[in-house]
Amino acid sequence: MACAASTEPAAPFDLDAPWQLDAQVRVRPEAFGALLYHFGTRRLSFLKSPALLAVVRSLATQASARAACTAAGVPPGELPHYARALQTLAASQMIRQREAA
Amino acid sequence: MSAEPLPLTEQFQQGLAAPICLTWELTYACNLSCVHCLSSSGRRDPQELTTAECRAVIDELQRMQVFYVNIGGGEPTVRPDFWELVDYATGHDVGVKFSTNGVKITSDVARRLAGRDYVDVQISLDGATPEVNDAVRGPGSYELALRAMRNLAAAGFAGFKISVVMTRHNVGQLEKFKAIADRFGAQLRITRLRPSGRGADVWDELHLRPGQQRELYDWLVAHGADVLTGDSFFHLSGYGGALPGLNLCGAGRVVCLIDPVGDVYACPFAIHPSFLAGNVRDPGGFAGVWRRSELFARLRRPQAGGACESCPAFGSCRGGCMAAKFFTGLPLDGPDPECVKGHGERSLAAAAAAPRPSPDHSHRTASHRAGERRPVPLTLLARPPVTACNANPLAGFAPGALSPP
Amino acid sequence: MADSPTAELTDETVPTGPEDDLAGDLAGDVLVEEVSIDGMCGVY
Repeated sequence: MACAASTEPAAPFDLDAPWQLDAQVRVRPEAFGALLYHFGTRRLSFLKSPALLAVVRSLATQASARAACTAAGVPPGELPHYARALQTLAASQMIRQREAA
Repeated sequence: MSAEPLPLTEQFQQGLAAPICLTWELTYACNLSCVHCLSSSGRRDPQELTTAECRAVIDELQRMQVFYVNIGGGEPTVRPDFWELVDYATGHDVGVKFSTNGVKITSDVARRLAGRDYVDVQISLDGATPEVNDAVRGPGSYELALRAMRNLAAAGFAGFKISVVMTRHNVGQLEKFKAIADRFGAQLRITRLRPSGRGADVWDELHLRPGQQRELYDWLVAHGADVLTGDSFFHLSGYGGALPGLNLCGAGRVVCLIDPVGDVYACPFAIHPSFLAGNVRDPGGFAGVWRRSELFARLRRPQAGGACESCPAFGSCRGGCMAAKFFTGLPLDGPDPECVKGHGERSLAAAAAAPRPSPDHSHRTASHRAGERRPVPLTLLARPPVTACNANPLAGFAPGALSPP
Repeated sequence: MADSPTAELTDETVPTGPEDDLAGDLAGDVLVEEVSIDGMCGVY
């Protein structure tokens, strides 16, 4: 559904913070990457890269999003690209920052 | 590897592990006889899936991670096990939206629904005034729908859907529909009329004229930010750019239909043997049909666009709606009957005889067979009329059956 | 690669990323696309 809620897109994504999937999000792997569905907002996201899927799935157990990207084999030069993808997911509440330990 | 990701339209040609969402018609029984019913509903089919079989389907949907099911019919709430099945689905990771004419949405029911997570309600309405609505859906149906809306709004159920099928008689009421949605805190949804089911008999006189299509497109562009369309107007993208949505035919690729007797069709607008993929009662169940059906494998390959491929609009309109072409006797590798460039009109002049809707569960007293166009005078009761095998449509329905959120 | 309407898809429900970062170098290279769950044809 067309959702009126949107965050200001100005803040860049904080790669060095700890992140996690929202508890109401379900992840379904596909050949091209994955589908993410948020049962609360009823929004659907297509992850068009298996590497991005690996990043998203490991967020909760990695100290930071940057670490998750590294562990998933994302080359350093592509980090800004992945950061923008993660920013999109954060803006639609698919992922959120978790409390620092 | 950093290959550029393909556009989604090309990704889906390989098929998905499971539908993203699907329509599940629970029963062909219905208390109404809308003239354009895409499933030719009215009478219950004696071979309907049992409650246990329905639960088994839900188990499969959960395993396949189908996120969301549109439960419809006929009128799904007349099944005695309707509420039990909705509970079962939402308790097993399958979100539910159910489509209803409102017959069972009393204030009590509305209050229970408002307290539930993962259940969405869609009320059908095809006119912003009783005159326009009831001409299509039958006398008293407007009041039935409005009562349901009042009850949902009073119970605090925000954001339920009001779904309208666009016809040449209601397209002038777009602002009024929006006002009704606003009045009840609901979300307006407008969808395309297809010549499917009983729609085949009334399509000539109800479908939008070209000028009205343009009107609708312009309205959606200007005012449709919070209006849903179920991606049903991608055939209009030739007017000036795609509307929001995937803009592609989802049949057999990202969606499908499970009908009341377990038949799996490519989509709810294509209920016909030509688009029958299998049955959930087959040894492989629903998953087997989705993954191994020959029909679906064919649909998931790149489709021939024929003459349309040279048209500049083809990239976004993709030749329009498969069902609209099929049920007007047009070839599938050619223009949509309502092609915005007019290519469809020319093709219709040379079209083959249109296929008859099949199966047909219309009420025997329905005057919707070819040649008769009047709505059936109905006495709308609080309970639906006698069905084929169960005289009391509320048998088994217990008011306390809804489980707590 | 044929032009796809995917740019319109992301505009519908999701604000695009910070314009100052994009600088037009990501056309056709979007890793995440969002569509409304109602954005698929074939569900009434």
